Amino acid sequence: MKEVMSGNHAVSYGAMLSRAQVIAAYPITPQTQIVEMLSEFCRTGRLKAKFIKVESEHSALAACIGASIAGARAFTATSAQGLALMHELIHWAANGRMPIVMADVNRSMAPGWSIWTDQNDSLSQRDTGWLQFYCESNQEVIDTIIQGYKIAETVLLPVMVVLDAFVLSHTSEGVDIPEQKLVDKFLPPYKPQYKMDLNQTLAFGALVTPDYNFELKYQIQEAMEYSLTLARKVDKEFKRFSGRNYGLIEPYRCARAEIILVTSGTITSTAREVIDNLRKQGEKIGLLKIRMFRPFPAQEVIEALEDCKKVAVIDRNIGYGVGGILCQEIKSAFCNNARRPEIFGYITGIGGRDVTPDTIMEIVIDVRKNNKADNRIKYVGLRKLR
Amino acid sequence: MLEIRMHGRGGQGGVVALEMLASTYFKQGQFVQVFPEFGAERRGAPVAAFMRVDKRPIRLRCKIYKPDCIIVLDPVLLNSVKVTDGLKKDGWVLINTDTENPLENLKLGKGFNIATVNATAIAVKYGLGSRTSPIVNTTMLGAFCGLPFGPNISVLKNTIKGKITIKTNNNLLAADEGCKSVKIYQN
Repeated sequence: MKEVMSGNHAVSYGAMLSRAQVIAAYPITPQTQIVEMLSEFCRTGRLKAKFIKVESEHSALAACIGASIAGARAFTATSAQGLALMHELIHWAANGRMPIVMADVNRSMAPGWSIWTDQNDSLSQRDTGWLQFYCESNQEVIDTIIQGYKIAETVLLPVMVVLDAFVLSHTSEGVDIPEQKLVDKFLPPYKPQYKMDLNQTLAFGALVTPDYNFELKYQIQEAMEYSLTLARKVDKEFKRFSGRNYGLIEPYRCARAEIILVTSGTITSTAREVIDNLRKQGEKIGLLKIRMFRPFPAQEVIEALEDCKKVAVIDRNIGYGVGGILCQEIKSAFCNNARRPEIFGYITGIGGRDVTPDTIMEIVIDVRKNNKADNRIKYVGLRKLR
Repeated sequence: MLEIRMHGRGGQGGVVALEMLASTYFKQGQFVQVFPEFGAERRGAPVAAFMRVDKRPIRLRCKIYKPDCIIVLDPVLLNSVKVTDGLKKDGWVLINTDTENPLENLKLGKGFNIATVNATAIAVKYGLGSRTSPIVNTTMLGAFCGLPFGPNISVLKNTIKGKITIKTNNNLLAADEGCKSVKIYQN
């Protein structure tokens, strides 16, 4: 069934269709509508889940971890300061191998107090052991939540589905809502191998001496590496059910491209428009969308970019003291590769500043005229300060 | 692509109205995108909502700076907001007003089309909202269907039936009357 709905409600529908059994959340703009709708689904019985109201985001994730240990499919959603407050338990969920799915609506970290989008909140959780997917449309949001559970429960790691504040969260567009019976076939009930059970006592989160802990951490990395193969497989399987898939990355019009822009989130969508216009004028330019950020699909990224001359990475985030975070990942992927394009890093759209086709054209014009990249950060749409 | 900006006040139902209009286009096989002004909204304060409609998937995900059409829910907004800001040449302004002579009285400027409807009177007539704060959104959507590029009023009425559960019939009557009574002026 097709309906016009916001990105937030696409998340709610995704969690409902996935038959989440425990939802624990604390409201925070711009995420609130997600859990508002889920609480409504629970009230009317459309979703048979336990909705737990908690006093903070820290407790929200703690409740999800408890539920997950008990063998339930758990869901939560948050943004910015809420995600930061969860930080301790973000590690706990991954180290405890809990297949929780969480939606993070990207919101700039305060202060300056902000409700608008940039990626610093989710990217600052990049080394915690959560898988991360960045979405481009509301359709991708609903589909990725459903895919997320399948991946999480197979690999036993938590999954974060990320969407831009307002540009997706509060923007309504046509969404094809997958049929429940198809989702049920794709995503059977969660049956953990180990769970809290009074008849078979097990310890969760117990003391682990130096004799064993290294191996536990190693296994998380091993699971991360396997997630690349798994996520690809799940995405293909999803296509058989729904007719749609997304890939871990998506090269767009990259054939014989000399310049390739690299984007994530909604900037990708606007950039497609720019690329089409430039291709029409005969320019050899393409686009690479990064959908999966953790684990980072480095090999696929290398293969998509190694034949072009120049890469322009567009980051809606900043790693203070270094530069754009996506740009660092891509440079690092190419570090030991024999063939390497020039890699230029651009930062734009911070704190929800609008990213228009003109913003992207400014980047294209800059990258056209420079043949040699250096490590300077380039800012686009930044007001002159002095 | 058709780009629309709607001016109203927080709590007047502007976003809901554009969502209904979007659903109407969507049912006719068009692609749509609706978003509010990104930010905190306060009841009674001037707010805007935006919509894109196209025959092909909409990939632009930035704000609308040069709309083809402006819808003004509250005529008093003209005192504080420059509603025609960025409006394309030969674009449209649909405004809720009781004036019979909008070209002279509203001082909107030249180079675009003006359409008027007395949506406040129609909303009050059908008991939508109160006399002091009437809910004009369904009437204005009806009037929008009366514009040369507007969608089919019967499809709009189907959408209203699906989305509005209180005073549904009066909202339908108001939409019909809005559609029939819209007046168009070339400026």
